[in-house]
Amino acid sequence: MSVPSQDNAARTGIFARAIIYSALILFAIYYLLPLYVMLVNSLKPLDEIRQGNMLSLPQQWTFEPWRSAWSTAQIGVSPTGLKPYFLNSIMMVAPAVALSTILGALNGYVLTKWRFKGDNLVFGLMLLACFIPFQIVLIPSARILGILGLAGSIPGLILIHMVYGLGFTTLFFRNYYEAFPTELIRAAQIDGASFFQIFRRILLPSSGPIIVVTVIWQFTNIWNDFLFGSSFSSVDSIPITVALNNLVNSSTGVKEYNVHFAGAILAALPTLIVYIVSGRYFVRGLMAGAVKG
Amino acid sequence: MLRKLLIGTMLSGALTAGYAAPSFADEVEVLHWWTSGGEAAALDVLKKKLESQGVTWKDMPVAGGGGEAAMTALRARVTAGDPPTAVQALGFDITDWAKQGVVGDLTDIATKEGWDKVIPAALQQFSKYDGKWIAAPVNVHSTNWIWINKKALDAAGGKAPETWDELIAVLDKMKANGISPIGHGGQAWQDATIFDAVVLAEGTDFYKQSMIDLDPAALNSDKMVEVFDHMAKLREYVDADFSGRDWNLASAMVIEGKAGMQFMGDWAKGEFLKAGQKPGVDFVCIRFPGTQGAVTFNSDQFMMFKVGDAEKKAQDLMASDIESPDFQSAFNVVKGSAPARTDVPNTAFDDCGKKAIADLAEADKNGKLFGSMAHGHANPAAVKNAMYDVITRHFNGEMDSKAAAAALAEAVAAAKG
Amino acid sequence: MAMTTTAQTAAKNPRATLQDWLPKLVLAPSFALILLFVYGFILFTAVLSFTGSKLLPDFSAWVGFNNYVRLFNHPNWITSLKNLAIFSFLYIVICSVLGLGLAILLDQKIRGEGVLRPIYLYPMALSFIVTGVAWKWFLDPGIGLEHVMHLWGWESFSFRWIKDGKMAIYTIVIAAIWQSSGFVMAMFLAGLRGVDNEVIKAAQIDGASTITIYRRIIIPLMRPVFLSAFVVLAHLAIKSYDLVVAMTDGGPGTATWTPALFMQKFTFGRNEMGMGASSAIIMMIMIFSIIVPYLYSELGGGKKQ
Repeated sequence: MSVPSQDNAARTGIFARAIIYSALILFAIYYLLPLYVMLVNSLKPLDEIRQGNMLSLPQQWTFEPWRSAWSTAQIGVSPTGLKPYFLNSIMMVAPAVALSTILGALNGYVLTKWRFKGDNLVFGLMLLACFIPFQIVLIPSARILGILGLAGSIPGLILIHMVYGLGFTTLFFRNYYEAFPTELIRAAQIDGASFFQIFRRILLPSSGPIIVVTVIWQFTNIWNDFLFGSSFSSVDSIPITVALNNLVNSSTGVKEYNVHFAGAILAALPTLIVYIVSGRYFVRGLMAGAVKG
Repeated sequence: MLRKLLIGTMLSGALTAGYAAPSFADEVEVLHWWTSGGEAAALDVLKKKLESQGVTWKDMPVAGGGGEAAMTALRARVTAGDPPTAVQALGFDITDWAKQGVVGDLTDIATKEGWDKVIPAALQQFSKYDGKWIAAPVNVHSTNWIWINKKALDAAGGKAPETWDELIAVLDKMKANGISPIGHGGQAWQDATIFDAVVLAEGTDFYKQSMIDLDPAALNSDKMVEVFDHMAKLREYVDADFSGRDWNLASAMVIEGKAGMQFMGDWAKGEFLKAGQKPGVDFVCIRFPGTQGAVTFNSDQFMMFKVGDAEKKAQDLMASDIESPDFQSAFNVVKGSAPARTDVPNTAFDDCGKKAIADLAEADKNGKLFGSMAHGHANPAAVKNAMYDVITRHFNGEMDSKAAAAALAEAVAAAKG
Repeated sequence: MAMTTTAQTAAKNPRATLQDWLPKLVLAPSFALILLFVYGFILFTAVLSFTGSKLLPDFSAWVGFNNYVRLFNHPNWITSLKNLAIFSFLYIVICSVLGLGLAILLDQKIRGEGVLRPIYLYPMALSFIVTGVAWKWFLDPGIGLEHVMHLWGWESFSFRWIKDGKMAIYTIVIAAIWQSSGFVMAMFLAGLRGVDNEVIKAAQIDGASTITIYRRIIIPLMRPVFLSAFVVLAHLAIKSYDLVVAMTDGGPGTATWTPALFMQKFTFGRNEMGMGASSAIIMMIMIFSIIVPYLYSELGGGKKQ
């Protein structure tokens, strides 16, 4: 793993740098626009939205939509806001991310350091799992969860998210460990270290970057999932995306766009924070593993 | 770090294990998509009523796609062997589920309370399967309404149109007055809602033959070509940005006077009321010209699933509460619809609501009450959506009226097969 | 595939038997789960696609290839395939070019990189349930960009693609690029940061210009990143569903249908589960025909190391 270089940049003139900065800022605007639209409109009263300039700042600032989305908006029959559903999502996301990450790490370890006949085939088959459209697994998964007695429960959702995350987590860790010097492992073996000791003492301590990538990836995907969340949850386990969807997608009611936008930003806060806080490690982690061919 | 993760996992595993608790007898789990302010609050009336009778309401809302997301979730629930007690459902979806042999039986309570006499036969067609009551109807929405901005109408002569020609005359005047005559959202179901009314205006017999009996000769007929011609004519009065617009934004155009009128079911009334408008003063509600005396409807019903004996009591109680006149009145005043039973006093309803109740009773009496194609009450989902494809494609100018009529017959045949 | 030296060493170890089996035991649960939940379910869907299932799976109604025949005769499926071709081509090419371009620009010792990078990346974190609404508004000529330009005095400005059946698919491309190009940028940035400095310094000493260095040396080194990006983007393109539903739901008319939308609508909206399954199988075949050759080359490369 090489040290991040700042030397690729050639010496450039002021004019060229001005162009570079303008281009970067222009694209930053492109990326920020939808968020800006959501943010300004979440701070306007509904009447002002109806009248129309969606890009203008509020004439009359209001935080009422945010308060409503958080604690008083109608999600089902009760006006609870999004607040109670955060906990459900966290109870589901944390174990699912942890389990799929741990299994992915172990799989990556086995597939690179304990190779066996047909290991590439096994890996290939696991990797293909990333690409299955989730709609087709819905009905058979429901059957399996029913048989296991996990239907409509958080453990059931955890199982499903874990299984469909395994392909990606295994891919990330395998590519990362591929580059890890095998000599170290051999040396440890000769010293009598066991399978798990090697994993825990040698590989895991240097797995920081790839754990970050995997956790971000899994966290984002599972947090944002709607299809499984709506089909495999029940009264006590409804995740935040389903609640948000209920807030936003009611079919024959008045659409309070300002509340919708506020709710959307609220529901996305955990993933946004994860991205912003760990963005630096994300690139470093990708560099270390995920983009290796 | 790993150890911490592991402990965390086990801890949360232990915590969540408690969540899969067995369900208690005196409770109903209700899957529905009424999640917005007004209608959810209206449903809360039912919840409170049940709770006062000692039944716990477990709420399972899944919104989206006019119930499509809820029906997707329902498939998973039924496949897992864990169906909810009651599920909001529409029209042919109820029949389709009944065919799977998974629905419950409300016949005892229905007989005891005499539902047969007070619920219109056209609704019973969906609430019953194989002679047994399987669903409790909550409301009747009628879909062949026009909502007109009163000021815009006054500026265009002040007389509400009663025939197709008068409608076109009013639309022309509105156009001349510089507003967009029709507020419309170009989504397949909204196009189909107009289509429903236009077909019905060609006569109730024609509606029945083409939309309900799916007679190929009626589907690909000169009359159907005329229907498509009328759709193309109406298309001229829609503003350029209509495509993809949500129906309530189209209502907002009418409320603000940017558009003259909207063709939409009576849930649109809620938008007008919420904006502080009064029926008869700020806006006018009329039936689509040529459909006076007839009604196309859709009816939200709670379809009941098979449950154990203990839960059956709670289920029956819920069904009984749904059909109680006071709930029917309280709910439908808020929702903008008419009660599902014909003997509910209309005192709490506004003028448009009173008219809806009267129209419904009259249409029912004269055999002119029909399920709405656009809302899944005339034919099964596969056929309905095949029709949507043709209607929306024609409305967006992808084919002419003659080709559309032929395509309609062809698409229906393919979807039936 | 020969056993690697690692395993051979293990075989000489006293605890050889356990050490030999333990790795496989560790891998086995994951592999078994995937065999069932992925391949078992694909098989299930394949069988389903030969039945006339409506609301729920019904294996008694055998219809042979009828669903496939109906599928390829259905105008919406043909539209879906055309749209997929347009969408995935533009999406993959533009995302890759934009991602690489931004990564190169961001790699020029930029002040404020720490601020810009998360700005480019964040769209990937958001669910399209609502950002789709924001895009829909922004692209709507009546309330969005066109309207604002008119308010600002540019009366002749016109941008109404989302309302135009022939152009609407391109607006979906714009939003899709918004969502994933930042992620591709991060992949390329990681790749660029991994390039050995010595190579570049040597080229600089030889007097090569910046452009030449990028064109001749750095970009060719990005080949594995291009491949990874291609796989990620291709599968996102084929699975694109949320995006389309949120922005156009297939409209105007049926102009923006895609295969994923087709599968969802037929399986769950139209109660034609058999037909939905057949479209899913065609999608799987498309995905696998892209991924399998990639995997083959990827794993082939892995063996050389």
